[in-house]
Amino acid sequence: MQNSTLNSIRKIVGREHYFDSPEDRVSYSYDGTPMLQQLPEAVVFPQNSEQISELLFLANKEKFSIVPRGAGTGLSGGSIPTENSIVVVMTKWNEILEIDTANLTALVEPGIVTGILQKEVEKLGLFYPPDPGSMNVCTIGGNVAENAGGLRGLKYGVTKNYVLGMEMVLPTGELIKIGGKNVKDVAGYNLKDIVVGSEGTLGIYTKILLKLIPFPTLSKTITVNFKNILDSGKSVADIIAAQITPSMMEFLDNTTMNCVEDYTKIGLDRHSEAMLLIEVDGRGSSVDEDSETILSILKKNNASEIKIADTPAQALLLKTARRSAFSALARRKPTTILEDATVPRSEVPVMIEKIKEAASIFNVSIGNFGHAGDGNLHPTCLTDERDSEEINRVHKAFEFIFNEAIKLGGTITGEHGTGLAKKGFLESAVGKEGVEFMKKIKLAVDPNNVLNPGKILTIAPRCEGALPSRRDQISEFHSHH
Amino acid sequence: MISTKDKALLKKYLPNDDVLTQCMHCGMCLATCPTYEMTKMERSSPRGRIKLIKSVAEGKLDLSNLFAEEMNFCLDCQACETACPAGVQYGKMVESARVVIEHSKVGASKINKLIKKFMLNSVVAKHYRLKLLARVLYFYQNTPLRKWIVNGLAFFPATQKYVEIESLTPTISKHFSSKIIAEKEYPEKPAKYKIAFSTGCIMDVAFADINVDTIEVLKKNECEIITPKDQVCCGSLHAHNGQIDKAKKLAKKNLDVFSKHEYDFLISNSAGCGAFMKEYVHLFKDDPKYAEKAKLFSNRVKDISEFLANIEPSTPMFALKEKVTYHDACHLCHSQKITEEPRKLLRQIPGLEIVNLEESQWCCGSAGIYNVTQHEDAEKILDRKIKNLKETGADIVVTGNPGCIGQLKYGIKKYGLSMEVMHTVTLIKKSLNLKN
Repeated sequence: MQNSTLNSIRKIVGREHYFDSPEDRVSYSYDGTPMLQQLPEAVVFPQNSEQISELLFLANKEKFSIVPRGAGTGLSGGSIPTENSIVVVMTKWNEILEIDTANLTALVEPGIVTGILQKEVEKLGLFYPPDPGSMNVCTIGGNVAENAGGLRGLKYGVTKNYVLGMEMVLPTGELIKIGGKNVKDVAGYNLKDIVVGSEGTLGIYTKILLKLIPFPTLSKTITVNFKNILDSGKSVADIIAAQITPSMMEFLDNTTMNCVEDYTKIGLDRHSEAMLLIEVDGRGSSVDEDSETILSILKKNNASEIKIADTPAQALLLKTARRSAFSALARRKPTTILEDATVPRSEVPVMIEKIKEAASIFNVSIGNFGHAGDGNLHPTCLTDERDSEEINRVHKAFEFIFNEAIKLGGTITGEHGTGLAKKGFLESAVGKEGVEFMKKIKLAVDPNNVLNPGKILTIAPRCEGALPSRRDQISEFHSHH
Repeated sequence: MISTKDKALLKKYLPNDDVLTQCMHCGMCLATCPTYEMTKMERSSPRGRIKLIKSVAEGKLDLSNLFAEEMNFCLDCQACETACPAGVQYGKMVESARVVIEHSKVGASKINKLIKKFMLNSVVAKHYRLKLLARVLYFYQNTPLRKWIVNGLAFFPATQKYVEIESLTPTISKHFSSKIIAEKEYPEKPAKYKIAFSTGCIMDVAFADINVDTIEVLKKNECEIITPKDQVCCGSLHAHNGQIDKAKKLAKKNLDVFSKHEYDFLISNSAGCGAFMKEYVHLFKDDPKYAEKAKLFSNRVKDISEFLANIEPSTPMFALKEKVTYHDACHLCHSQKITEEPRKLLRQIPGLEIVNLEESQWCCGSAGIYNVTQHEDAEKILDRKIKNLKETGADIVVTGNPGCIGQLKYGIKKYGLSMEVMHTVTLIKKSLNLKN
């Protein structure tokens, strides 16, 4: 990138919010995704939405890319810098602007940490359910961009179910407002559902309006072990079929359980083949009734050991342990590559089998865990990025898993996003026409492909520069400004 | 470009690629890191620093002043190690990076490095000189001299910050504990346990009472105690500040000293010292002469709270009508994973009202000599601790490390709180001695 461009960028955000030392570039070259990295040209912390607009105007004019970033815990490469890019970090935008207890909404800045927001609303008896594994670190902005899920997705849904609206800067620099506090709102296109999960390719959020619900006052947390992994899958299918919706139904295989136990030392059964962590919650007698039914289903499916958490602290310990699963698997090998193939819930037992099959066909070590209750599994390869031959087999194993998931009516990613990591499989999941439609949307909104380019989609490189009509648009935006 | 000399340094001191690759940069450490919380910059986070160290080790990044600054900005509180599900040994990496920095041209000016080296190697490591310095300090603190100097410093804007640093110097005890405690101490009843006691350097000169309390409590719990007069500094301050060779030299001396005695457990009441003495086994794992000795030694090191919580309290305790809260010293909770034991001991004392301290495992900013070397950053971290302490409304804050005790006392005074700071063992002693 030219020095003059970097100077202009520095001028926009101010000297003290601009960083381009080798150390800063290196430390923003990665996110939570294994094996992907790229140096940005600079890192900036914008102070207000006008500065973000100006950065985007400049990017369109000077043809560089902008990569938005929250805490950088993403798992599909969504916030990894692209070539000739600057990283726009939003972590300092971390205010809760309003909690509206009359309308049950929260207006927040995108850099607020999910777990902190949850604690704050819970003080008022309210609940923001989406709880990705990294919830104590990740930001709401990142959650909305990735449409993050979590353990409670089964009953409470995912991030998109709680987004009421947002304010954001478009790739061409204008600030727009989407949605609002209305429960019903059909004015024009339902834009928020395109923007949620757009992985930072359609805009940079500056404010986000979230829906809150009453906090479930009662809950019961059950852990159960199985000698045979298939019985765990069958239990999940049976519980769903019994028309019970636990708030959580998490699955851990033996490898995962052992790694989690190495880290937490909370006394998980190291010898059983699988374990489920189930939580039922609510506000009335249904909690007890549902857990009774669940217990009888578990017994029928040869559960070897059933435990009920005695205290909320103990329940929290179990859930925290489950949330550490992905990182805990890294105890075994230097590199852990996790995927989130997802299938309709009734197919979970089949999918568990297929993942085992992939491990044996391609001779790779796979730890499996995930949100069994919503069909979202996280087969994780334990490997070493320095061993290219093995990495090759890992990729083949994942290809096999993705294909099997799609055959079962599933999808390539449930909650981590497409980003760079799963872009190659997108067409197999949504079809050629589906990909084309997405490209059209992206190009209509971001004609110069400056905002997080190359994520989700590959737009053909344009040798001749931007098309005239679009260039007109850009100059118009400038005069506008 | 990295010079050949630097390359040799990196190869000699930095951990190998297997250790560096263990970090998967998932970011679970970010929320627990006091310096990342302060700056929100990746390079001030554990995974950011690991990435920097890895890049330096791979020759992709030069050793620079900014690199040195980040490594020294780290408190080495190791909260990230507690948070890391993958078991990444972050402390080791940062400490080794500091060794490289100490030997290289980057980082603090040569004169500052020399002063630090002199203080650590020629004062702390030579206990008689530390005692001498402490004597001078005691004199200074107990004559009008102190007032004159402080007033002088406060007068000039340029020297005002030294007033704060000055007030951080621990109040020196009138008698050092090594003078009061006999080399061998015996309980009234026949001894159940044979204990070796590590006095610690700072505890000995600044918190002599705590050492005396420790001996008293041990004696009431049927321990006979040997306190070797020729023991030396454990070396932890040196290891945390890039002087690993000196740390090893001190460690060897202690291994030689303590191996001459027979004992069941070696008790420390300084979390930092205990943590490092438990590390000796790893420090010498490839040393043919000391490996076995170090293993035998480290396996028997116990923090005082760890030891007391695991034996039957043999003396009846009397009620203390106090409201107390507990601050986890980093080197107890993160390095030694001791969190439950001191709380169990508090619960054994009748009458105590124990209140929870928010973020009790968050560093207080003391961090060895960090509150002196990185004074301004330490002040910000202290602010947060004081705010949480204030909310407890406790009469006493209990903790298990001299560094924390000094820092908390300083903070409480600075903010005008009325709260006592006490070592766990002192509170236990109070309960043992009181009559209803």
